Amino acid sequence: MRRALVLLRRRAISSIPVLLIVIVGTFLLLEAAPGDAVDAYLLSIGGGDAALVASLRASYGLDQSTLARLWLYLTALAHFDLGWSVTFGRPIVDLILERLPNTLWLMGSALALSFSLGSILGVVAGARPGSATDRVLSIGSLALYAVPSFWLGLVLSVVFSVQLRWFPIAGIESIASGKHGLDRALDIARHLVLPVSALGFIYLALFLRMMRSGMAEAWRQDYALAARAKGLRRPRIVIRHIARNAMLPLVTMLGLQAASMLGGSVVIESVFAIPGFGRLAQEAVAGRDAPLLIGIIVTSAVLVIIVNLLVDITYALLDPRVGAAEAAA
Amino acid sequence: MSLLRRILGTPEGAAGALILCVLVLAALLAPVLFPADPLSIVGPALVPPFTDPALPLGTDRLGRDVLAELMHGAGTSLAVGIAAAAMAMIAGSLVGTLAGLAGGLVDEALMRVVDAFQIVPSFLLALAFVSVTGASLPVVITAIALGAWTGPARLARAEVLSIRERDYVAAARVLGMRPLEIAFREVLPNALPPVMALSSVIVAISVLTEAALSFLGLGDPNIVTWGSMIAEGRNVLRSAPFLSILPGLALMLTVLGVYLFSEGLADALARRRSRA
Repeated sequence: MRRALVLLRRRAISSIPVLLIVIVGTFLLLEAAPGDAVDAYLLSIGGGDAALVASLRASYGLDQSTLARLWLYLTALAHFDLGWSVTFGRPIVDLILERLPNTLWLMGSALALSFSLGSILGVVAGARPGSATDRVLSIGSLALYAVPSFWLGLVLSVVFSVQLRWFPIAGIESIASGKHGLDRALDIARHLVLPVSALGFIYLALFLRMMRSGMAEAWRQDYALAARAKGLRRPRIVIRHIARNAMLPLVTMLGLQAASMLGGSVVIESVFAIPGFGRLAQEAVAGRDAPLLIGIIVTSAVLVIIVNLLVDITYALLDPRVGAAEAAA
Repeated sequence: MSLLRRILGTPEGAAGALILCVLVLAALLAPVLFPADPLSIVGPALVPPFTDPALPLGTDRLGRDVLAELMHGAGTSLAVGIAAAAMAMIAGSLVGTLAGLAGGLVDEALMRVVDAFQIVPSFLLALAFVSVTGASLPVVITAIALGAWTGPARLARAEVLSIRERDYVAAARVLGMRPLEIAFREVLPNALPPVMALSSVIVAISVLTEAALSFLGLGDPNIVTWGSMIAEGRNVLRSAPFLSILPGLALMLTVLGVYLFSEGLADALARRRSRA
């Protein structure tokens, strides 16, 4: 445990400069955008005179220099203040905190689905590399991996929502259903089945292929030969010796895919009209709301860092070699 | 040449090559068979597929020829995928090589930038970039490359770090070659092959990212893409699902072709290594 904590502290400290690069970089990128939130607002209200424009810019601090505003932004950020969204007329932190849980549910469930089902199918495929089952699963997963997730979402909704009417077509829960507690949880779960499948099935293929190739590699190792020479039964070899050793890289993969899945949920949320983090990003783009977009990107970077820290700890707990050097130092 | 033959010798490689050839052919024939703008209206709206011989795959909501759109879309998908991957590979290899050769502070700074690009979801980055600069083909290509160059950069750096310690680099230094000459004539050519192996995966991801961007309406509005066709068909998803399903199948086939080809390549390389 001490090993994991030492590792955690080191990783957390080293991610601070990286996060700073993300913040400054995003700020400067969006600074380069032609037009600001005031322009977008004027467009929506049908224009205004120069005095109004100037007073609006002054009230949002848009009349100051880039560097001055970057400094303001960083100091506000240190107080967990991401600024004000002109599009929504609300603090950005509130907006993000309101939308984030939906996306976390979507992402978490999709990751759990793809990781568990993917590694189980990977064990099935890797139990006998080169067998017919292995070939079918390998080619099938390759085909699955080639499917665009948003398109899979559309096809699933045509089949299961429009034709079969098994699942609701959009949203995160029934509107004004008055449901509480378990009923509400079940309602949300029903709404999440299709989007989670659309997002999760793509990554399932990734975990399956990784597990399979790791196991194929493990079969060639001496300990696999030793286990067979000892006369162990095949299921025991597969589970205890082969699969277990092929499992570790999958944990790393889980962390690496967090960022990609967060990006993927933007499109899935648009397909299924889920009021989540990704939809917020789209709304920020549509409203030219630069502060909101910066806030979203910074939050997602923090999320990815947290997921990777969790993965690092898990990894250190699973593999005694990891972090041993740091703990000794 | 023998490598290509060996790729075609594997079932995956052959299937992938076949799919990619069909797609390239479709992209090349599109301007010949359908010289008119694929976004122009040619018939009544929502003609179902396989009913009118003049419009084999029917028409969309605005009466545009679906087959013409699909074939023109093949060109866009392939071009964007390959261009974005090339850009990411070149930028990544250059940054990675520079970091590996320079070492010290430069290396540290460049790798922190790579880290920063890796913790931002690349799709969000692309979204932000396109929204800042306005949607056009070069912008979309750059936006996709922005999220894809870190992989090649990391790999190139790792390769360079191992190569710069080799004897032939020391020999070049003793011979009095200038550092830049060593970098470009000795190190880079040897560091590139493993990095190149990443290219097919990056092409596949780029094709999918482009589709997702144009699905969200962030593609070039004057160019027909499969992603925008899916988005357009989504409006009539209940009555004419084929309008969304067909371009999706085309996308899947393209990406599958790239993956199969790269599997074949990996197989062929592994077999050559095991024989050596």
